[in-house]
Amino acid sequence: MAVSNAAPIISTRFAADDGHTLAGYEASRGYTALRKALGMGPDAVLEEVKAANLQGRGGAGFPAGAKWGFLPKDVFPRYFVVNGDESEPGTCKDRPLMEHDPHQLLEGLLISCFAVRAAQAFVYVRGEMALAQERLATALNEAYAAGYVGRDIMGSGWSIDVVLHWGAGAYIVGEETALIESLEGQRGMPRLKPPYFPAAKGLYLQPTVVNNVETLSNIPWIVLQGGAAFAALGTEKAAGTRLFALSGHVRRPGVYEVEMGTTTFRDLVEAPVYGGGIRHGNGLKAFIPGGASAPWLYPEQLDLALDASVVGPAGSMLGSGAVIVMDDTTCAVRAAWRLVKFFAHESCGKCTPCREGGAWLEKILRRIIDGHGREEDIELLLDVGDNISPGPFPHPPLDGQPGVPFPFKQTTICPLGPSTVSPIHSSILRFRDEYLIHIKEGGCRHD
Amino acid sequence: MARLSAESEELARTIIPRYPRSRSALIPLLHVAQEQDGWVSPEAIAHIAELLDLTPVEVLGTCSFYGMFKLHPVGRYVVGVCTNISCLLLGGEELLAHCEARLGIKAGATTDDGMFTLEDVECIAACTDAPCLQVNYRYFLNLTHEQADALFDDLRAGRRGDEVPEHGTLTRVRQRIASERWSGHGAEGLPVPPGQVR
Repeated sequence: MAVSNAAPIISTRFAADDGHTLAGYEASRGYTALRKALGMGPDAVLEEVKAANLQGRGGAGFPAGAKWGFLPKDVFPRYFVVNGDESEPGTCKDRPLMEHDPHQLLEGLLISCFAVRAAQAFVYVRGEMALAQERLATALNEAYAAGYVGRDIMGSGWSIDVVLHWGAGAYIVGEETALIESLEGQRGMPRLKPPYFPAAKGLYLQPTVVNNVETLSNIPWIVLQGGAAFAALGTEKAAGTRLFALSGHVRRPGVYEVEMGTTTFRDLVEAPVYGGGIRHGNGLKAFIPGGASAPWLYPEQLDLALDASVVGPAGSMLGSGAVIVMDDTTCAVRAAWRLVKFFAHESCGKCTPCREGGAWLEKILRRIIDGHGREEDIELLLDVGDNISPGPFPHPPLDGQPGVPFPFKQTTICPLGPSTVSPIHSSILRFRDEYLIHIKEGGCRHD
Repeated sequence: MARLSAESEELARTIIPRYPRSRSALIPLLHVAQEQDGWVSPEAIAHIAELLDLTPVEVLGTCSFYGMFKLHPVGRYVVGVCTNISCLLLGGEELLAHCEARLGIKAGATTDDGMFTLEDVECIAACTDAPCLQVNYRYFLNLTHEQADALFDDLRAGRRGDEVPEHGTLTRVRQRIASERWSGHGAEGLPVPPGQVR
């Protein structure tokens, strides 16, 4: 079993009592990367980050250096926004980064602002995360007082303000254009594309970079150790390490930092240092590899590597780094219903297919669970789903196995709508018999 | 219920200039209002509209989008039990049913004494510690039914006040920026010239 020996990069202070304080952070090389970056100059920092091949850790997996590179030349002011609105079901890796190591995030943010010549930065934290807000407010107060943030940072002549901001309960705000709308005091509804990236037109229609908490937390290490050292970890297409939140039916659920690309789902689920295997010695039924939006994978896919370029062609996505494990006692219909209920609830209402379709999909699944399902409901679910995320269903076979339609096609502005369809396809593809038992017998074999 | 108090208004006036455009302070100001009263009253909405040069309905339009803002009074403690996928797999629905029985209310309701509001909530990013709940957005993880009972007893008896402030208070630490440390680049919308570092 290939369990990586790579030293952790971003979770080194998770177990420390004082990792979240300025004193604790400074005692472990804190803010030395910022000092180094200020000496290198913005362009050299940008080159290091590009060389690191750091893929965004929020879900889309877009390389951070390339995202910064989309900023139009000579258009100022530019803004920088931290996306700390972690709410994808199964995902809980940004919260510990904000709670246990807020200075690491701030240092990564400051270096990034310096590299892209931002005028001001905003840290948008999820509304429900009171402790993360407290830790970041404390860290910012300490950093302002110590001269790491604000006017004339560390005597360099460079200045930037960082403002702590938090939301008020809306999953959709994790979508970066919705996040910007929210930061402008609006309802959190995604903006029509193009432009595809806020780098072109973002906050106040100015060039804006939106980066995930985990993405930015890697930046201090990259500046200190060099982009090449980061790119040397993992594989060519999946560089560095990554936090995976492993939840569900494993013996040891947890947030684990593992080397990308070289570690497999089987390692994560079964290795004694990670998941320790399925609980009670049960069998694996299915697992969700990248948060609730991701199509499910099945036992024969456990040996896939934790690498977006591997999981994508296999019919799903690495997404937000949330691996949700379902053992063979799980009712596939109920699991699908709960995921669909989530997306139906969180639809912002802007696009009709998602707003109407999601709500109807949830109602149909609910009636199947309640024992009032009809046999034609299965085709109805697929048909409604096809109007949100056009098929064909199932996807043409991959390696002899039928897959779900992926990557998503969508009739909506953002991927929330297609995410509603993904658990439906995933469960009907493999567990149609469970639907039929619910429909014909009015009950569930797992009750 | 009331408009923002003098203290809340002063706090609001320190927040507004941190943003290049004042409307960006809308959600933070709604939090100030909710921290003051435990919910967002029509009077507070009108006051915030005045402070930001918006109409009350513009403020309400944003406010009503976000699930954490309560447009009616709620209990002193808002209990949110997660039933999303990771918690569903490990007893989240059973925990919610237990809380309903223990508190004598259905999810969405408030106890007669105004102490608890119970909510069936979406994922709260504690998936590796399922099942879990939040009370006023403070986490209680890997929770057994017995631990939930003890938690409610403690809250009712006023024993967990240090851990769980009243509904409306999120961070108990405010960001403070001394005026001599504030650079003001963003707020003034000034371009930052390339290579400005000495």
